[in-house]
Amino acid sequence: MTNYEPNERGYWGEYGGRFVPETLVAPLDELASGYFAVRDDPDFQAEFQHLLNNYVGRPSPLYLASRLTEMLGGAKIYLKREDLDHTGAHKINNCVGQILLARRMGKNRIIAETGAGQHGVATATVCALFGLECVVYMGTEDMRRQEPNVFRMQLLGAEVRGVDSGSQTLKDAINEALRDWVTNVDTTYYLLGSALGPHPYPLMVRDFQSIIGREAREQILTIEGRLPDVLVACVGGGSNAIGLFHPFLNDEVRMIGVEAGGRGDALGEHAARFMAGGDVGVLQGTKSYLLQDANGQIAPTHSVSAGLDYASIGPEHAFLHDMERVEYVSASNEEALAAFKMLSEAEGIIPALESSHAVAHALKIAPAMSQDKVMIVNLSGRGDKDIGTVRDISR
Amino acid sequence: MSKIADKFMQLRSEGRKGFIPFVTAGDPDLDTSLEIALKLADLGADIIELGVPFSDPMADGPTIQRSSERSIRNGTTLNDVLDLARSFRVKSDIPLVLFSYFNPIHHLGLKEFRSMAARSGIDGLLLTDVIENEAAKISEVLEESSIDLISLIAPTTTDERLRDICSRAKGFIYAVSRAGVTGARESTSSTAKQLVDRARKFTDLPIGVGFGISTPTQIEEVWQYADAAVVGSAIVSVIEMNASNPVSAVETFVAGLVPERQATAAE
Repeated sequence: MTNYEPNERGYWGEYGGRFVPETLVAPLDELASGYFAVRDDPDFQAEFQHLLNNYVGRPSPLYLASRLTEMLGGAKIYLKREDLDHTGAHKINNCVGQILLARRMGKNRIIAETGAGQHGVATATVCALFGLECVVYMGTEDMRRQEPNVFRMQLLGAEVRGVDSGSQTLKDAINEALRDWVTNVDTTYYLLGSALGPHPYPLMVRDFQSIIGREAREQILTIEGRLPDVLVACVGGGSNAIGLFHPFLNDEVRMIGVEAGGRGDALGEHAARFMAGGDVGVLQGTKSYLLQDANGQIAPTHSVSAGLDYASIGPEHAFLHDMERVEYVSASNEEALAAFKMLSEAEGIIPALESSHAVAHALKIAPAMSQDKVMIVNLSGRGDKDIGTVRDISR
Repeated sequence: MSKIADKFMQLRSEGRKGFIPFVTAGDPDLDTSLEIALKLADLGADIIELGVPFSDPMADGPTIQRSSERSIRNGTTLNDVLDLARSFRVKSDIPLVLFSYFNPIHHLGLKEFRSMAARSGIDGLLLTDVIENEAAKISEVLEESSIDLISLIAPTTTDERLRDICSRAKGFIYAVSRAGVTGARESTSSTAKQLVDRARKFTDLPIGVGFGISTPTQIEEVWQYADAAVVGSAIVSVIEMNASNPVSAVETFVAGLVPERQATAAE
């Protein structure tokens, strides 16, 4: 058994840690001790599981996509239906866990960042559930391309603050959320949405999202009587992928993370951090692979999917990459859009553009696999939020 | 002894307190930054903080964010900032502290940075997003030069951490006046004095206070309990609002900003 736990300072190998202003050390320590106090607490875990079952609607189905499988003529393709979670994506799993923690810590003001808007909607949802004040930071470019989610957050009682700086996307929203947190440390809980940022966030978010992989493992053992051959998930910050992968890490299961290949290989045209060897650096509290220019400035990124449009990647993924435990590939905008269309037509399931990247890679590799092979694709979210983008592109 | 330590020794022996202005290198452009830095030296700056622009300045408020953006848009690199420091050093002896996020320095390589910065006459390095073990490692690498890694402390820093930080601090300690990002404020909170008083229990090093200081009254307040006052966003804002004559605008502003220092000499 390989140990995939970070050390006590939040490092997986050389990745992770804490790179933050001194002001944030005390709140991060408070968060870490709060989290480690509930991590193995049966009462907390029971409360978490209760909400997952009765509010989120878990377990999510593991669905055999038989028409798609037949059309491709290769491996059996199962979809882990996180798109059926309440609010339409896996993000809610982490939000339920963290909001319970925030309550235990006595914090009444919740802030979050969002890219595609799914994490913002999930945060606004759990804040409404518990009657807590909610402020969501969102890049103005993302507000434009994910307009329905902006309105959903507002309907749920959250205040959405547009972020005009930098590239006006997820990265800039995180900067602004960190600035808010550093200013309001006493009252505020920062509900970070991906397996990113300073310790203990990458560990905590991974733990809360691991429900995806634990269920999938049990479900496939029941349905097929064996473990899958391959897992496929898209990777932005990497929370849905690490959530699916983590419970399988010590099994003989191949794992593939799919990054956003965007519209080209040049820096600025994609969000594939491992492309061309990759480059290590420090961004937003953690050390990991990141896209940067020759002077150490964070490079602009591009993806048709707002949720994958981020310059860095969760530190545990960086570690799994270097260990060669997980393979990382990319799918282009075009491939993701084709997969979006194909899954919609073949199965009556409209996937999120993020998840479409995972589907796109499944379409590439399934035909070459024999029919007795089993693949699980994490369908991390549903695509209703993306129909405007897809319609505009196809015009 | 480092030049920063020397400077504070000199201040203490003269019974004076320090004035430490900050400017973003390359805003509005590198040549003007050099002129502004030299002007600040003429106006009595004791140490100058030179900001390395970064694309994602998470500890900075809107003023320095915009300033960084302008500088990056001009193409300013870490190498350019070091060149600027070298040109400054030819004309002035005042200690220079580089104020940076970690990534540009990590990307260049710490050892490479050390030799280049030493050649440019940099006396201190202040990293906004490096703490604990990482800071200790960087400090160790810098020990082979005369560059001090300046440590930051904040109102949220516990006594236990203050002891650790103070035990490895070099040059001077930078006390962040309040929880928050950089940016001018009308008043300095009482948390700054409390923080400085707490830190004094663990160190004899000089302590400078920064974040939110923009008026002569605030500087005088800080001088009552600390060794130096850092003024950043207020100066950067003057540069931003006077694009056609930034050097003379900074001169006018700083001349009216820094109180007569003989006033505190009796202390």
